[in-house]
Amino acid sequence: MTEEKTLLIEVRDLHKSFGTLEVLKGIDENIYKGEVVVVIGPSGSGKSTFLRCLNRLEEPTSGHIIFEGADITDPKTDINKLRQKMGMVFQQFNLFNNLSVMDNILIGPTKVKGLSDEQARAIATRLLERVGLLDKSDAFPSQLSGGQKQRIAIVRALAMEPDVMLFDEPTSALDPEMVGEVLDVMKALAADGMTMVVVTHEMGFAKEVGDRVLFMDDGVILEQNVPYELFSNPQNPRTQDFLSKVLI
Amino acid sequence: MIIFEIFTDYYRYFLRGAQATILLSLAVVFVGSILGSLLGIMRLSNNRLFSGFSKLYITVIRGTPLLVQLWIVYFQLDFIKYPDWVVLGMDFERLAPCVIALSLNSAAYVAEIIRAGIQAVDKGQGEAARSIGMTQGQAMRTIILPQAIKNILPAIGNEFVTMIKETAVVQYLGITDLMYNNGIVVTSTYNPLPCYYISAIIYLILNLVMGHGIDLFERRLRNSD
Repeated sequence: MTEEKTLLIEVRDLHKSFGTLEVLKGIDENIYKGEVVVVIGPSGSGKSTFLRCLNRLEEPTSGHIIFEGADITDPKTDINKLRQKMGMVFQQFNLFNNLSVMDNILIGPTKVKGLSDEQARAIATRLLERVGLLDKSDAFPSQLSGGQKQRIAIVRALAMEPDVMLFDEPTSALDPEMVGEVLDVMKALAADGMTMVVVTHEMGFAKEVGDRVLFMDDGVILEQNVPYELFSNPQNPRTQDFLSKVLI
Repeated sequence: MIIFEIFTDYYRYFLRGAQATILLSLAVVFVGSILGSLLGIMRLSNNRLFSGFSKLYITVIRGTPLLVQLWIVYFQLDFIKYPDWVVLGMDFERLAPCVIALSLNSAAYVAEIIRAGIQAVDKGQGEAARSIGMTQGQAMRTIILPQAIKNILPAIGNEFVTMIKETAVVQYLGITDLMYNNGIVVTSTYNPLPCYYISAIIYLILNLVMGHGIDLFERRLRNSD
């Protein structure tokens, strides 16, 4: 299925240690344009660290990550330039508390990318409309619910018009009744053809939206497959064990 | 009451002294804040030399008495040829070392306040800023510092109040501040207690005004969100 697709991110022999603790023990993976890759696995398996290495929020200890032809791990690479093309959504939303919703979205396109205020506002308005939060433009993050914050955080990342979106457990900090509204936005994004790497515990989302599911444990990708196969017919005993616990 | 008598007879001394104390405090707060901000940012720098120097500086200043620092600065810097200005009746060549010593002292405390204020801002704020491609400097200026300032202001207000009170040490260098003039009145009246009450009240008023100013500023910041 991947032959005719364009390679977007290439991960080669990625290692990451925190002090003496080795969190990633050699990861090789390709992410193709337009793909939705879902990463699942038990806590502490290294899936968030893997995701955060992709845009170098965590400095890899060794290995290479090639994004659109540029090696992210090369110190000579202008990482700020590449990050503009890699949107990220955090578990704790991390909206800028000192800025209004509109300014949260505008600051990247205007201050970093250099768009005019007018251009940026047009993008922001279109995106806010799409997630149904245009009426919150002037609100501050402290006035929003968790689900609203996360939808704005997605809009903030999208306003940079990235080539890939990285999601780090985007629904884990949400009240259960707000999970749906965020997943809906993500599903619409996937349907639009956005390349997405999603670390999540939402198995339903993985099944429904994922093109590929990676199962990580103990710093390596143990198994991967299309969602239906991985969930119905896991090969690795640890995958079987994990799935038996989460899919009651 | 004797306290009013002394004040009406000698108010010129107290006011002159208060003027000097205010001038000195403003100078120290101004210079100390600038130096302290620099030191505070150096303390958080990834550059080991910067953060190490800042840490050492803060440790030394906080671990030694202000009065000792004042004398050391005075004698150590005696090679400097200060211009022979007279400011509010005070010789600049003795006033300058006082401003330097007090500012160097204040800077260490301000630096710690700023460091703590910046570190108290959630790490995710900086990460989110970096994730949309901001440089470290942009993230600091547009996202982290504006939030840190709200943590910093109340503590910095305290530091300013402390500084106003501590300027009293400059009387040992013959600077005619409030305490120096207080001493003149004590020796003329042979009645120390009322004099000290008057000085205490003046210091209190200065600090209340200062505290009120900081309050107003804080409230304006809070209105902005």
